[in-house]
Amino acid sequence: MLAPDTRAAHPRRTLLLTGLPLLVAGLALAGWAFTTEVVVTIVRMLLLAAGVLAAIAGLGKVAHAVCGRAVDVVLWLGIGWLTFILGAAILAPWLPLGNHDDAVAGLTAPIFAQPGDGYLLGTNNYGLDVFSRAIHGARTSILVALLAVLIGTTVGGLVGMVSGFVRGTTDRLVGIVSNSLLAVPPLILLIALGTVLDPSVRSIAFALSLLTIPSMVRLARANTITVAEREFVLAARALGASRMRLLRREILPNVVLPVLSLAVVMISVLIVAEASLSFLGIGIQPPQPTWGNMIAEGQGGVMEEHPYIVVVPSVCLFLTVFSFNLLGEKAQARWDTRSAKL
Amino acid sequence: MLRRLLISTLELVAVLFLVSLGVFLLLSLVPGDPAVALLGEGRTPQEYEAMREQLGLNQPLLSRYGDWLGGVLTGDLGTSLVPPQTEVLDRILSALPVSLELAVLGLVMALVIALPLAMWSAYHQGGRADRVISAATFGLLSMPSFLLGIVLIAVLVNALGIFPRNEWVRLGDGIGGNLQHAFLPALTIALMEAAMFTRILRNDLVTTLNEDYILAARARGMSPLRIMVSDALRPSSFSLVTILGLSIGRLVGSTVIVEYLFALPGMGKLVIDAANQGNYPVVQGAVLVIALIYVASNRLIDGSYGYLDPRTRRARA
Repeated sequence: MLAPDTRAAHPRRTLLLTGLPLLVAGLALAGWAFTTEVVVTIVRMLLLAAGVLAAIAGLGKVAHAVCGRAVDVVLWLGIGWLTFILGAAILAPWLPLGNHDDAVAGLTAPIFAQPGDGYLLGTNNYGLDVFSRAIHGARTSILVALLAVLIGTTVGGLVGMVSGFVRGTTDRLVGIVSNSLLAVPPLILLIALGTVLDPSVRSIAFALSLLTIPSMVRLARANTITVAEREFVLAARALGASRMRLLRREILPNVVLPVLSLAVVMISVLIVAEASLSFLGIGIQPPQPTWGNMIAEGQGGVMEEHPYIVVVPSVCLFLTVFSFNLLGEKAQARWDTRSAKL
Repeated sequence: MLRRLLISTLELVAVLFLVSLGVFLLLSLVPGDPAVALLGEGRTPQEYEAMREQLGLNQPLLSRYGDWLGGVLTGDLGTSLVPPQTEVLDRILSALPVSLELAVLGLVMALVIALPLAMWSAYHQGGRADRVISAATFGLLSMPSFLLGIVLIAVLVNALGIFPRNEWVRLGDGIGGNLQHAFLPALTIALMEAAMFTRILRNDLVTTLNEDYILAARARGMSPLRIMVSDALRPSSFSLVTILGLSIGRLVGSTVIVEYLFALPGMGKLVIDAANQGNYPVVQGAVLVIALIYVASNRLIDGSYGYLDPRTRRARA
């Protein structure tokens, strides 16, 4: 991911001299594009993107000069964003945030207030604070995804391990059941489940975990089969270790890392799935905010009038998914050589 | 070989059976009374009772499943609970072509975008173009399809006014109008897939380009384009085909979302509307049909490896 250019070694001074102006100019351009009214929206967006990219490139050079070696700044920016959004999501109830879901109290607040007019990122059609909703939305979205990954990894990982270890009929049955789960495209399965389940955090998390189980089973099973053939397992078996002990002490430690790497990738997949479901109106219902239903508020001409209603949750969603993808790719490249190629 | 085929067919039937059972049981748990949903509020208890009798809701679950499955096998998927109370099968048959067109168009566009990008990227491996393409495709992959669709609408429709955003024109009513309206939704689907395809194909191409026979071709003075297209592309495309199979599931998902976003009358819109209305016969039928198409196309792709890569033929036989 934007792998640092290592072809030529630059002296530190050159790096600082090119990096710092680039960083400052990029930030200035982005800031100007964000606030100016001179040019049309589409040009502003392009200038903003160009400014941000220039600033990141500049930051990379500065970091290279300061640390003395090439630094993957994008990865660190991603980690920084995740720290910020996770921290804000956890602390949301104790932060001095505006009204995020009380439509009655919103009656007295201005609707569609522009960002800046007393509200950091403006208000929506019920007079609810968009910034506060974005943070509380992070809380819901990430909570749902983490819960689902937790259930999926535990159940899928265990079933896959056992099935790959004992093989035979159990393995075949597990295969057929997980193939049946895979036989329905993920989003269709979610919509079908959405018809039945009440749209609460708990049931959405349960529905999403069903998506992760089959791939977890496959990964855990494949890794178990490879590990179970290794000599140290044979040695442990020859020493008279019970099957439980073999599974727990010999197999589990070797299967857990690739499974956890997949779990990181899964988090971003599930955040997207939850957002899609809420966007379609089947997931968590407003006024409880999630990024998906916040983006859906822009439908029907609202987006054209008040772009920030859609832009704020979209940027949050994109940055979060992007950062988790980045982390997941690094984790897989390191601990799961089997699927790193993807 | 025949034995293998038989076993895999049996497994396929078992999987489809489980899917149908799952779909049926799941949607029998729908809260609320279908008879009330169908007749509306304020009728006499006798009328509701008669409707329940007519729908067969008073029978035990298992015999209802048997009836439903029997109907499915003879092509009768039941009747929609919400007006217009048409046959579910008719609804599906009128929605399916829209989705199939979008998916096929999206897939073709994705390949048209991905092949040159991957070749360009692999040829200039490690260079500026390669890094920019790698970053751009990685960014695209972090974009949920509905977000991508919204961005495309905001830029191409609202800001630049290149594309119209109005009613869907059926393929039968004029191919020009149909393509004009299908282009943007298909592009939304295509960009997601293209990002994935480009990354996969680029990595395989880089490996292939390091082979000796490519060096030999280069030494003989063949042009880079010729080497790429006639020597490197075919041996590098196996991962792409595997991914093609896996991407069908994602393709169905993004088609659903794109149809909702652009208000196109396809399978996705059918399922989502039915799910929101609690119209369970439609959801049951549509999910079953989608699963059938999905599983069948995956089997087809599994079977095609033998034709593409002779090495797997021997290993499997």
